[in-house]
Amino acid sequence: MRIYGHKLPAMSSLLLWALLWEIIGQTGATFFVPPLSEVFVTLFKIIGTPAFVTALTETAQAFLAGVFFSIVIGIPTGILMGKSRLLDELLLPWVNIFVSAPLTALVPVLMVLFGFGLTSIIITTTLFGIWIIILNTRAGVRQINRSLVEMATSFGASPLDAFVKIYFWAALPEILGGVRIGVIRAVKGVIIGQLLISIVGFGALFELYASNFLMTHFWAVLIVLFALAFSISEFLAYLERKVAYYAAKR
Amino acid sequence: MIHRSLLLKILSAAVVFGAWEIAGRIPVSYAFPTFLESMDSLLRMTLDGSIFHAYAETLKPLIVGVAISTVLGIGLGLWIGLSEKFEWLFSPIFIVMQAAPLAALIPLLVMAYGIGLTSKVFVVCIMAMPVIVLNTSSAVRNTPESLKEMGRSFLAKDRDVLLKIIIPAASPVIFSGLRLGVSAGFIGAILSELKITPTGVGDIISYSRSIADYPSMYAAIFSIILLAVLFLNLLEKIENILFEGNDRGYVTD
Amino acid sequence: MSQTRQAFDDAQPSDQDIAVSVRGVSKNYGAVEALKNMSLEFPRGQLTSLLGPSGCGKTTLLKIIAGLLKPDSGEIIVNGKAVSGPGPNRAFVFQDFALLPWASVLRNVAFGLELRGVPRSEREAKAEKYIRDVGLAGFERAFPHELSGGMRQRVGLARALSVDSKVLLLDEPFSAVDEQTRRKFQEDLLALVENENKTFIFVTHSIEEAVYVSDQIAILLPRPSRVSEIIRPTSFRTKGVGNIRRDPEYLDIVDEIWASLRNYVE
Repeated sequence: MRIYGHKLPAMSSLLLWALLWEIIGQTGATFFVPPLSEVFVTLFKIIGTPAFVTALTETAQAFLAGVFFSIVIGIPTGILMGKSRLLDELLLPWVNIFVSAPLTALVPVLMVLFGFGLTSIIITTTLFGIWIIILNTRAGVRQINRSLVEMATSFGASPLDAFVKIYFWAALPEILGGVRIGVIRAVKGVIIGQLLISIVGFGALFELYASNFLMTHFWAVLIVLFALAFSISEFLAYLERKVAYYAAKR
Repeated sequence: MIHRSLLLKILSAAVVFGAWEIAGRIPVSYAFPTFLESMDSLLRMTLDGSIFHAYAETLKPLIVGVAISTVLGIGLGLWIGLSEKFEWLFSPIFIVMQAAPLAALIPLLVMAYGIGLTSKVFVVCIMAMPVIVLNTSSAVRNTPESLKEMGRSFLAKDRDVLLKIIIPAASPVIFSGLRLGVSAGFIGAILSELKITPTGVGDIISYSRSIADYPSMYAAIFSIILLAVLFLNLLEKIENILFEGNDRGYVTD
Repeated sequence: MSQTRQAFDDAQPSDQDIAVSVRGVSKNYGAVEALKNMSLEFPRGQLTSLLGPSGCGKTTLLKIIAGLLKPDSGEIIVNGKAVSGPGPNRAFVFQDFALLPWASVLRNVAFGLELRGVPRSEREAKAEKYIRDVGLAGFERAFPHELSGGMRQRVGLARALSVDSKVLLLDEPFSAVDEQTRRKFQEDLLALVENENKTFIFVTHSIEEAVYVSDQIAILLPRPSRVSEIIRPTSFRTKGVGNIRRDPEYLDIVDEIWASLRNYVE
């Protein structure tokens, strides 16, 4: 979008929406939408409070652990599936099912099996993130140019060399793409887990604010959460763009 | 090699269900029934019809929500993809929505719209719509320029370019957005049944958990995952009928 | 090298020094016979083309010589030793260049040496020399996607030269570059054959290219794959690169090859 020949920054329309929000809030049209300015005032008030800090640490712990397991299990599984036809045929149907299955239905099971604590939330987060990482890594390994592998072989590369110097780098754009989507899904997973288990992290905080009708508090936490999620996703997209120059031609 | 792949699928299912059965027999946990017990429960619920009543409830918000998301999402996506102004105005909202854990809005939706169908439809919509909008708009934006030029050089009207070139060219990505949207919709539907009010399948899951009837709980979960898989396969069939020769699009989110 | 080995063809002098010989090689892909009992010899220091219609197994043969594929039967002898896999005495130039897109020209050229464990400074010094030799001085820090097709193949060539193998295997190396670049490459290749004491095995589907660059042309025919003919141009090699294409012998050989191949082209 251009105005008088100047290109407007991509996300700049959000300012316009923020303004609209403020106006609706000021008119008091609905109780559920307090003015944005008030939300921000509240935001700075609660951001240092123990309740908020606890929620954030609990969430970050579960999220980071979940992402860690998704990556550490997901990438090797994906590479193995990409290289071994037998393994691929055995596992792919299940990965395809779980990548699009309503994983929320599994949360009650996890609660029964692993209790109402951190473990269940970590597993939920991992379950949300891991499948797409596996699928993308697999796709990345499968599309590696045969002649790159042959080139390395013809110069006498050992299997380890081939893996470190060819496979990993050649599949990196897909792997990063998978990790980005996996991480976005993990953010959703960690929040869904907390909402359903609802006595930890932001889940508890939302419950508290909602039951006390603290609208500005509710929105403030929501904005922090959205901003964090968006920053994480943009950061990973930035990493992905750094390897994009060779993604199209391998 | 269809034979081999079918054989391996059966083998793979046998391994997983076998492991489930064995883990249930050990048992790894008091709350871990065997595969056969769960299937028995499923059969019982199917025979007495309770599972059908449950799905009649569950599918209501799901189908309404998915339908709204599809129509509105594709419409908005086309609009955003075709107009730079609308892209500037609307796409940031959907980009943020796509990255954000929108489930956090549920407590608010419940306050605003109560615990009825409206809230649940809303949950399904906010989960399903962003990816449909974003996939549609980026597919429309990325229609190969040469195809559009070809159309214009053969004197196609704008309407023809849209209907006969842009939409068919974008259809694989639009459908992959729909698949992702539908699967997110399922997540939303179950989430709302577990979080807002227990109805339908969510009710079976919650209720059987509370009375420790674990086989029924696992059976209900098994059935909803199965249903999601069948639903997505159906969508793929529809795509193949509507747009013959579409290659399967890549999963992008 | 064995001086007494039976010469492959009467066109070939019996005291020829043979660098690479293919003995009774067969290769099947499932039910498809890619190569059937093929034998062929490649004289040292010369360029031999493998020419034939698609499906005649020329690339398969080249990859077997490289050790990238295993023959079902038969053997490959390079400098008196049987080949059991890829080895340092052969270097491969790929049709699609096979450059690492995430690595600079310098690292790409040095990559063969890197895999052989040559220390960084040494391999980079060597790579820089060959980058200059192929005419890419100044592009050491560039990435493959910043180069034209012709320049990319020069990188591939420099990489193959830098490992200093005695045998160079070229798999349709110029088929992905444009016509003018290709002509330049062909001239450069002739100079390379002249100056480097290496044995070149060159797969191509272009008759003109084969006749232009080769000391010896092996015509391969499909179904079943076999060597139908060995042609050794004699008179125009020494007349200078600019005159080859209008030499009567050159034109005759091109015509003759086309006459024998035309029935095999779908």
